[in-house]
Amino acid sequence: MTVRVRQPGWTRAAAFMLCGAAFSVGISWLVRMLYGHGTYSHYLEAESFVLISMFVLPFAFLIGLGAFDYWFYWAAGKPTRPEDHSGHGATSWKSYFYPNTDHKVIGIQYTVHSFFFLFVGGLMAMLMRAELAQPGRQFVDSNTFNGLFSVHASILIFLFIIPVFAGLANYVLPLMIGAPDMAFPRLNALSFWLLPIAGVMMLASFFAPGGSFASGWTAYAPLSTSAPLGQMFFTIAVQFAGASSIATALNFLVTIITMRAPGMSFFRMPLLAWANFSTSLLVVIATPFIAASQFFVLLDYALGFNFFNAAKGGDVLMYQHVFWFYSHPAVYIMMLPGFGIVSEVLSVKSRKPIFGYRMMAFSLLAIVVLGFTVWAHHMFVSGMQSWIRVPMMITTAIIAVPTGIKIFSWLATLWRGVIRLDTPMLFALGFLTMFTCGGISGVVLSMIPIDIHVSDTYFIVAHIHYVLFGGSLFTIFAGVYYWFPKMTGRMYDERLGKLHFWLTFVFFNLTFAPMHLIGVKGMPRRVADYADQFATWNLVISLASFALGISTLIFAYNMIASWRGGARAPANPWRALTLEWQVSSPPPVFNFDQVPTVVGGPYEYGVPGAVHGIFAPPAAAEAKPTPAGTHAQPPTE
Amino acid sequence: MGEESTRAEADPLGGRGGRRAIQQMAIVGLIASALGIALGLAINWFPVQGSKQADKIDTLWNVLIICSVPVFVLVTTVVLFAARDFRMRPGEEHLDGPPIHGNTKLEVIWTAIPAIMLVSLCTYAYLVLHDIEKAPAAGSERNIAVHGQQFTWTFDYNEGGKKFSSAQLYVPVGESVHFNVTTKDVLHDFWVPAWRMKIDAVPGLTTHYRVTPTKLTPTDGYPVVCAELCGLGHAFMRQTAHVLSKPKFDAWVAKMTKPAATAPAATAPAAGGAAPAVDAKKLFSEGNQQTGATACGACHKLADAGTAGGVGPDLDTVLKGKDEAFIRQSILQPDAEVAQGFSKGIMPATYAKLLSKPEVDALVKYLEEVAAK
Repeated sequence: MTVRVRQPGWTRAAAFMLCGAAFSVGISWLVRMLYGHGTYSHYLEAESFVLISMFVLPFAFLIGLGAFDYWFYWAAGKPTRPEDHSGHGATSWKSYFYPNTDHKVIGIQYTVHSFFFLFVGGLMAMLMRAELAQPGRQFVDSNTFNGLFSVHASILIFLFIIPVFAGLANYVLPLMIGAPDMAFPRLNALSFWLLPIAGVMMLASFFAPGGSFASGWTAYAPLSTSAPLGQMFFTIAVQFAGASSIATALNFLVTIITMRAPGMSFFRMPLLAWANFSTSLLVVIATPFIAASQFFVLLDYALGFNFFNAAKGGDVLMYQHVFWFYSHPAVYIMMLPGFGIVSEVLSVKSRKPIFGYRMMAFSLLAIVVLGFTVWAHHMFVSGMQSWIRVPMMITTAIIAVPTGIKIFSWLATLWRGVIRLDTPMLFALGFLTMFTCGGISGVVLSMIPIDIHVSDTYFIVAHIHYVLFGGSLFTIFAGVYYWFPKMTGRMYDERLGKLHFWLTFVFFNLTFAPMHLIGVKGMPRRVADYADQFATWNLVISLASFALGISTLIFAYNMIASWRGGARAPANPWRALTLEWQVSSPPPVFNFDQVPTVVGGPYEYGVPGAVHGIFAPPAAAEAKPTPAGTHAQPPTE
Repeated sequence: MGEESTRAEADPLGGRGGRRAIQQMAIVGLIASALGIALGLAINWFPVQGSKQADKIDTLWNVLIICSVPVFVLVTTVVLFAARDFRMRPGEEHLDGPPIHGNTKLEVIWTAIPAIMLVSLCTYAYLVLHDIEKAPAAGSERNIAVHGQQFTWTFDYNEGGKKFSSAQLYVPVGESVHFNVTTKDVLHDFWVPAWRMKIDAVPGLTTHYRVTPTKLTPTDGYPVVCAELCGLGHAFMRQTAHVLSKPKFDAWVAKMTKPAATAPAATAPAAGGAAPAVDAKKLFSEGNQQTGATACGACHKLADAGTAGGVGPDLDTVLKGKDEAFIRQSILQPDAEVAQGFSKGIMPATYAKLLSKPEVDALVKYLEEVAAK
């Protein structure tokens, strides 16, 4: 037993967490006693235990699990082995429950963990739709309902979309750029283990006295600063999810900048690498702002600061500005990696080079820059100074231009290809149409007079789901199907995959398209009850949403069954050129037995004899350079 | 890649993706766009068009529909035609497409055209915004102060120097109204869908907008909606707006400013002589639409009235053994004594104004009876 407590692992984590809990109670009691409040008369006074624990226990857990061991040894001057590979690679399923430095293990940890939360968040949506199937109250009271939509959004944003992209990229990106691993493998392990903490915290909020956080994922002050304890579970969970995002983004940036294979210039990188480079820039610049906004809320709530107390000189609108300065770029954080995935899938499945490669890369950077100049379009009716609305409207509309360039270039990539309409491709094509729809409603929303009417209505709900479900989630499905053979070494069931696509596509539209209608008609969002005139559409939406929920079960079954017993996958089932397909499925522990040399663009399909990377010595590598993005051959009729 | 070849080599013309296919696609796209626009314009999107502002906003919406549908149709048509024409046929498993890397002219076109379209739309939207927010050219404007609180609205008037407040919004038709919106607690949002305009009520600020109502309301009025999540009773923060003809509005103002009428805010119209008997159970579960007294049952659970609200205390339990005085106080001064686990200021303290004396009496009597059961 003592051995197990001394070794990094779950036993030590549990022991440390017990100590952490005792410490939290102790310090709370000590400080209160020094202020003369040594006794507790009401359970609300014991809230400080929970608040302190929410910071102490996660660190106790991480230290106990061993996420910091190496750094502590190093800091204490104890002997360390820089090339310690004992925690690298999975030996059995149990390896996935410990910190691991292998980016492939971490990628799978991330992805599976994120999909677990997709199902949890989806289940909450089902409960909400059950409540909303009819006007009046059916299953849940308004406190639970407000909690459901708040947790639904928070979980799917912070624990599904953002990390699942980080997970897929974690697995694929080092392989794609010919690197043996990420730049900081231990930081990578830590980044992942911060996530379950955020997830458990958000779910645990339902057990807090007063219910879970119920002020939406936006947590607008002063509703959030005066809410029951559950609100703090969001406030603090976001810090951990945010720290995870930032650490991973730094890791990606350094990996992409410094660890590309010889010969891989920036303009020979696959667009997925470009996409994650852009996303990581957004994350490291923007994410500290949401951390700040939530720390303000925490200080207001727990220590009686008055950041958002207007009566004491606080500024309520400041919360919204700081919050959206992160949360608008966050929309691109949740979309750009998807652009990368779709570029890979469309090019490979159309057997054609990406049309306008350089413009594809530059438009990503344009979105990064413009993405920071549009945040106040979420605040057209917030009562902020009115002149700022017009420049924000223009930048918001203009950001559709680089996005349009991408859409049109993808369409041109399809044209005259030899298109394989398998599951990843279907999702990529579904993404093209549905994301266009979400983009159009985005432009409509940027027009201030329209936004004044439809903001805070179901039109917004429809728009965000067309962007994040029809956009992000479709690309995630495309990516998961596309790299499933690489990640698991098995082929998925193509028939079930197609069935999954068609059910998802149809019921997605039946669920979210009518929301445009009822939103413009005047149904506000975030309500458990609504006027009778919206009853019919809400029933339709609810029924469709249940079918949509069931369709994801097909996906889950396909993934689990194929992983367990699917046909063995060859190294390169899609005949793709990018480097991750040039190694076995799944790849060797250190990715490449020989360092690859990149000699051409990543998408040279149809160019006779073109190769992207070779495993021969660099001398022979210069034989046939085919730079990407040059308009070598104009389209011929 | 060795012996693999491109389709361009294997099938130089192929009849696919050529000029004919593009012509065909253009025709299908045009027809689909026309149908889509027709459908988009035929749909009755908006609630009733009740103000000058609404007219302009609805027109902007129609313009946006006309611009949006072709974009969506373009993308969808290209995807569908590509899926039809360029789908891999049996025997093509090892074919590649032609190595087209780009086309500068096309790229310039699809950068420039959307940019021009978007800038034009922004210009138009800016003009609409200017129109809907500008002060009326002539004549004075009525100022109404709107106060939000969890979970009700109050409207303060100043008519010819006489100040009064009302729980329901009454405005005369055809005259511009300037709303000054404030809040006592958290964020709210003052929205009358029929007028299209909305603005947040922000602690510490006074926010504004103006509308010129153009349509008399039906008897039940337009809903006044709180559009910004404000807590547990957010979904029930509803009042009504009434647009009256000028003489009727003046009559209403006169009634409101008559000293005797101030106590029960808006008296039941056409009540005639003696007040009709109050159905307390109905009042509890549905509120009084006329005065804007929101239903008790929206927030409180009471088995006898069949309500299941969870915002306030469960009346089935907290009223056990309470006397008449306590119940009356709890309705009229809700903050005087608050049930354990609930905080002050959640229940509006406006019922003393909103309910008439008979209504309060009936409610108290009803609740006393239920509590005694």
